[in-house]
Amino acid sequence: MPISPDHVLDCRNTFCPMPVIRLREAIDKIGAGQVIKIVATDPASLHDMPAFARNTGHELLDSATTDGIFEYYFRKSEG
Amino acid sequence: MAAKVELSPEVAARIDEAVAARFGELIEAQMKTQAEAKAAARPEKRRRRLAIVASKGTLDMAYPPLILASAGAAMGWDVAVFFTFYGLDIINARRNKHLQVPPLGNPAMPVPVPNLIGAIPGMTAMATKMMKSWMKQANMPTVEEMIQICRQSGVQLLACSTTMGVMKVRPQDILPGLDISGAAAFLDFAADADVSLFI
Repeated sequence: MPISPDHVLDCRNTFCPMPVIRLREAIDKIGAGQVIKIVATDPASLHDMPAFARNTGHELLDSATTDGIFEYYFRKSEG
Repeated sequence: MAAKVELSPEVAARIDEAVAARFGELIEAQMKTQAEAKAAARPEKRRRRLAIVASKGTLDMAYPPLILASAGAAMGWDVAVFFTFYGLDIINARRNKHLQVPPLGNPAMPVPVPNLIGAIPGMTAMATKMMKSWMKQANMPTVEEMIQICRQSGVQLLACSTTMGVMKVRPQDILPGLDISGAAAFLDFAADADVSLFI
């Protein structure tokens, strides 16, 4: 089922820790319940993004990989 | 068994009304008590803690503590980095603009440099320049930018007081707003850390 994000964050061509840092900055600014899509090329993101979800409580809804481009959908949690 | 009492419709309606209202109140009170008990039973979610000692002052070794610290902070961890010995250069206002990486005796350099060549004057400057260009191509922030990121995300950046005494570093040489700390204080912080790293 395709998810329609409220926000999109382009982190392509940046390496760890930048995607995680920028995601945190962006997710702090949006409202609870909103969905943000982050696009990355860093293979570390495959592991960093689930770890980010586990440690922050924000929900990783879905992820997809196409031709070396990684996409992650996060929903901002309350609190 | 009680005899069945015939109620007039008005009385029956009044009874129904009263029962419904009272039932609603009782249910709400019960749910509230249960929710409070559940919240009390759930332990307060503790914040994870990361303690890093940064003891190296070369350009290549300035990045690991700053990257780990900023990643931890981005995940909501409580992070402190203790800069000691050569690591103090990373937060030295003047010196942190001139961190270098020598190729000499450094077989890990991506471009292998024989020691005899590495000892030639200017080789360290060249290796440093190469590393900086790789960082730039990979869109990595500079050391100064990483420090800014750490500051903004609440990472504690601590200057080792002993190193300052030994290497004659004055408080005004350290980046503004940072705390000076000691081993005992840092160990006290690290005692409750989930992750402690010596870099």
